Amino acid sequence: MTNITDYLKEERSAAWREELRKAKKNKERTDLTRVKMPEAPARERARSYVEVNSGLTPEQAINEASRCIDCANPTCISGCPVGINIPKFIKNIERGEFLDAARTLKETNALPAVCGRVCPQEKQCEASCFYQVKMNREPVAIGYLERFAADFEQSGGEISIPEVAAANGTKVAVVGSGPAGLAFAGDMAKFGYDVHILEALHEIGGVLKYGIPEFRLPNGVVDVEIESLRKMGVQFETNFIVGKTATIQELREEGFKGFFVGSGAGLPRFMNIPGENLVGILSSNEYLTRVNLMGASTQGMDTPVMRGKNVVVIGGGNTAMDSVRTALRLGADKATIIYRRSLEEMPARVEEVKHAQEEGVEFLTLNNPVEYIGDDKGRVKQIRVQKMELGEPDQSGRRSPVPVEGSEYIIDADTVVVSVGVSPNPLIPQSLPDLKVSRWGTLVVDEETFQTSIPDVFAGGDIVRGGATVILAMGDGRKAAASMHQYLQGQ
Amino acid sequence: MNKVVSKQHFSENVVSLEIEAPRIAKARKAGHFVMVRTDEKGERIPLTISSADTAKGTITLVIQKVGVTSRKLTALEPGEFIHDMVGPLGQATHVENFGTVLACGGGVGVAPLLPIVEALKKAGNRVVSVIAARSKDLIILEDQIRAYSDEVVIMTDDGSYGQKGLVTEGMEQIIQREKIDQSVIIGPGIMMKFASMTTKKHNIPTIVSLNTIMVDGTGMCGACRVSVGGKTRFVCVDGPEFDAHEVDFDEMLMRLNGYKNEEKEADDAYNCQVDKK
Repeated sequence: MTNITDYLKEERSAAWREELRKAKKNKERTDLTRVKMPEAPARERARSYVEVNSGLTPEQAINEASRCIDCANPTCISGCPVGINIPKFIKNIERGEFLDAARTLKETNALPAVCGRVCPQEKQCEASCFYQVKMNREPVAIGYLERFAADFEQSGGEISIPEVAAANGTKVAVVGSGPAGLAFAGDMAKFGYDVHILEALHEIGGVLKYGIPEFRLPNGVVDVEIESLRKMGVQFETNFIVGKTATIQELREEGFKGFFVGSGAGLPRFMNIPGENLVGILSSNEYLTRVNLMGASTQGMDTPVMRGKNVVVIGGGNTAMDSVRTALRLGADKATIIYRRSLEEMPARVEEVKHAQEEGVEFLTLNNPVEYIGDDKGRVKQIRVQKMELGEPDQSGRRSPVPVEGSEYIIDADTVVVSVGVSPNPLIPQSLPDLKVSRWGTLVVDEETFQTSIPDVFAGGDIVRGGATVILAMGDGRKAAASMHQYLQGQ
Repeated sequence: MNKVVSKQHFSENVVSLEIEAPRIAKARKAGHFVMVRTDEKGERIPLTISSADTAKGTITLVIQKVGVTSRKLTALEPGEFIHDMVGPLGQATHVENFGTVLACGGGVGVAPLLPIVEALKKAGNRVVSVIAARSKDLIILEDQIRAYSDEVVIMTDDGSYGQKGLVTEGMEQIIQREKIDQSVIIGPGIMMKFASMTTKKHNIPTIVSLNTIMVDGTGMCGACRVSVGGKTRFVCVDGPEFDAHEVDFDEMLMRLNGYKNEEKEADDAYNCQVDKK
């Protein structure tokens, strides 16, 4: 990793890159305006699972790519948790070599079609873009371009498979097949390891499958990328709960030399207020799992889901936005977000909030539920809500909500989705008593190496961070792979 | 994996399937359950493991036809497969030598009760079992329960076998007769509610194994949540066994009915489909 700067410099001095840079003056490039993502019309999409963002056309992509000035010191890369060679892939798009662009992405990112869709680029690569940092202008649409290149490759059917080293005969196990585990598996396969992913559910992909809905991330897109990993030699075993189906010790005896725990933060939090166990009140994990993983909205599938007419979602994160927009697609007449802070403090991506608003979601900010009221059959019918005001900033820097005395009132609701956060999944810590765990239930790892208190067990993603993002989980997976490689070579 | 090796009919609506699952057979303990999905369109449902054969690498599940998924499962024949099966899940039963244990099973609840009775007997307890059902043909696993019990009392609602009466009446007879140190009750929610009231009245420590709605079975969603001692607990990871006298049975029964309409619709649609064949 020490020669990464030299490597980038060398790549940048490639003849084709020099030629492209000379082809247009920087002034011409910076005069262009950022592309707008084409979207399905709000009224149509709000009742269907069609993907909201429709993707760029080749012309749009080439135009947007030519905005990038191919900086000598590309700050964007430092904003990317998996360190994609951003100028190289973008310049490949500019010259029309879309498949080379896709190949560049795969050098460092196992799931580019996923990341191009769900990364909060505005806080990462695009926040570090020259346009943003030096010119205070709209950054190059790196995320849209990443998605364009990955989709182009997927639609052509010719998927490039990254080169893998000769098999070294060492077996490693990955606990969980979410973004952290998949990124880890991709890199370990490249190093030549015999990688086995063990997944508790019946589908590979973790939150990419059960959590993020089709209208943001089609499952088919995830499956193509999983297939690439399979072609690299990664083996997948579903319906396998490490710690229950077999313990880490048993797996060691079966010849596994290293373990990466990427089991995520899948334990939903509830607010523990009166009436929360009434029928019709469910966690966003349950709601989204029924629809996304179990296909509850599709005819002929056995799993049912609550189809409320008046659905209220509690919370302000991306999961809350996914839930409330799912409610509309399940046929709700009215879908409302209740969030205890104001719109500015919402942790959801600005784009998701905008999409939800366009689709007709109502936002009841600075409000908080304090009690649920049910009918004689035990089904929720009303929520007692309390108004809030913003007080002093808390430790995270957000202003904390303070209840307004005497402001309680009642609203109607027939279905409530609680989306107030998740905690780390306790199954692995429960089965490994020697594993050092923080008081929040996250696994304690070395910040550099991602090694846990048990030497052959590494961990990353939400099980270490609590609820975070897909791309941070993938970054952890990559770093853990590099350090486990080093650890196993030293054995 | 998950091949049905043998099948036994207990009654018209209750079958026992022996299924290939070497890892689960090896890891499971009394009280554990599995989640199964019949086919690609199937839902995930929880089923308690009623016995296992580590040498053969199989587990046995007892299934009663009540809706779409259980119909699909009971229709499986040896040689066919269950698409997905994961486990063992939940916390194992706490087993020790309590002294005298009163074990009560209602309907198909006798199947999950069996491994617990076996473990309790092997731990040195005197075990008195009460098994109850609506009628004679719904009494299952009687011989197996007898094998690990010092005494078995059978109760049927219609008196077609054993004594006529409810499970609670059988329990009262035993409790009046001798000192009971511990009780374990498994059956339909309503039966567990009333049986628990009986042991509470006599201050007998009691555990119940709850069978709530589940989706993933790994603690991910909270569909299975119940109130125990005023706190919300997840049956799939904190249970399925809890202190019977702390469980809010009314809330549990209410939540079990949460999808009644959807379940009926699915069942009607399935029947319609089967009729057409």
